[in-house]
Amino acid sequence: MQSVWTLLSWGPDGWLDEIASGVKVTILLALATLPFGLLAGFFVALAKRSEERTLRLAGSIYTTIFRGLPELLTLFVVFYGAQIGIQQIVRFFSPTATVEINSFVAGMIALGAVFSSYASEVFLSAFKAIPQGQYEGGYSVGLTKGQTMRLVILPQLVRVALPGLSNLWLILLKDTALVSAIGLSDILRQSGIAARVTKEAFLFFGLACLIYLALAIISSFGIGAIERRVGQKKGPAR
Amino acid sequence: MSEIAPASVVEKPPAPPRPWTGERIAGAVLLGLWLLCGIGLVAYLVAAWKPELFQRYLPYYLSGLGVTLTLVGLSIVFGALLSVPIAWMRLSQNRVLGGLAYVYVYFFRGTPLIAQTFLIYYGLGSFRPELQALGLWTFFREAWYCAILAFTLNTAAYQAEILRGAIESVSRGQWEAASALGLSKLQTLWKIVLPQAMIVALRPYGNEIILMIKGSAIVAIITVYDLMGETRRAYSRTFDFQTYIWAAIIYLAIVELLRNIVDWIERRITVHLKR
Repeated sequence: MQSVWTLLSWGPDGWLDEIASGVKVTILLALATLPFGLLAGFFVALAKRSEERTLRLAGSIYTTIFRGLPELLTLFVVFYGAQIGIQQIVRFFSPTATVEINSFVAGMIALGAVFSSYASEVFLSAFKAIPQGQYEGGYSVGLTKGQTMRLVILPQLVRVALPGLSNLWLILLKDTALVSAIGLSDILRQSGIAARVTKEAFLFFGLACLIYLALAIISSFGIGAIERRVGQKKGPAR
Repeated sequence: MSEIAPASVVEKPPAPPRPWTGERIAGAVLLGLWLLCGIGLVAYLVAAWKPELFQRYLPYYLSGLGVTLTLVGLSIVFGALLSVPIAWMRLSQNRVLGGLAYVYVYFFRGTPLIAQTFLIYYGLGSFRPELQALGLWTFFREAWYCAILAFTLNTAAYQAEILRGAIESVSRGQWEAASALGLSKLQTLWKIVLPQAMIVALRPYGNEIILMIKGSAIVAIITVYDLMGETRRAYSRTFDFQTYIWAAIIYLAIVELLRNIVDWIERRITVHLKR
């Protein structure tokens, strides 16, 4: 029986290097999903507050689906469904080809879809906090619609939406753990492998939990810094 | 005096023609895409329709649905019971109690539910001799009990925060007025504060139940055959993708139903607040 410190060391005997690579995958996945999810969420929010009924309906269908499905199921549907779908299309051209979907990309799409549908709700309520006069003021000094949105509304919107979005970031960080189920070597999968090989399940899953906790704490500090930067810091982050 | 036609004769001017703005085109295209997806899905399900598949797997799906609902129901109820002392500790003036509750809540809200479930199911398995000595092994051996334990601990942390937030949202004046009338602390809490707090807490509670239903899908990974578990089993036997589609439809239906029930309750209990 090896000592705990050997197991947690760096190198061939220890598992720390494997787990560190898992941490890298988790952080990369979350960071890669974020911009895509934010952008999609913003546009869905725009669609849902549009005057056009069809656009509103299209936006609501999107959020209803991705907020209602379990994240794990979304992940499986994207992973297997896209695989089958693309395979069918490729078979059409070359019957012998096989396609494999990258689990990182599948995770990014699924988590991004879920993130964006929640983010659209955050943006939508932030839009409600901005008075109509801001738009009118923008138009009256001769800004176009796009300019008003970019120069007048967006800077205010970010401030209002930031607490909600930082909450979603923490949720996203936790949701990345689900990609271990489709075979991506993130923190949870790497510690699972370590646990199975060394038979020290409590140690390694406990470590995984602590790493997630540490990531959440680091994120809270980062979010606090951003909130101070954009000038809306009200008490400690919860 | 010129003649004025009676009001009924005056025709409304026709509505101005709606121009095809960019928004309208985008809306039509996107809605068309959704429609196409919907038609495609229905066409796929019709084309893939296999009565024998249904006969074989429908009972499994129903039992899986039962497992999911039981799991969520039990965890929510146990979690609600556990959340009361935690919320009380969080609200207490005692630094130690407050700190303990804070650490508990922070841990369970800061780590993924799936990692917590693994920690309890696989992790506690490494203490098998100790657990056997305590006679608790029969409990921790079963994935089902471990799942309930993990979910209960997790939802207790979230529910404690909901409860605390709701109680704190009731202004201090309510407490002071009640104590001026000679009500005890417990009476105040039960008769004055909680009824007001529950209005605030209803929507977060509803969201928590929905999150639990969605989160419960992960127990499929630790071999509990809930709706997701049955779906994975059916898929691994048939390699028929419609197994996942049916699960998605069932999950969506449950979540939408719950959301509408919460909306309805909220409308009912806030009637006195509407103007």
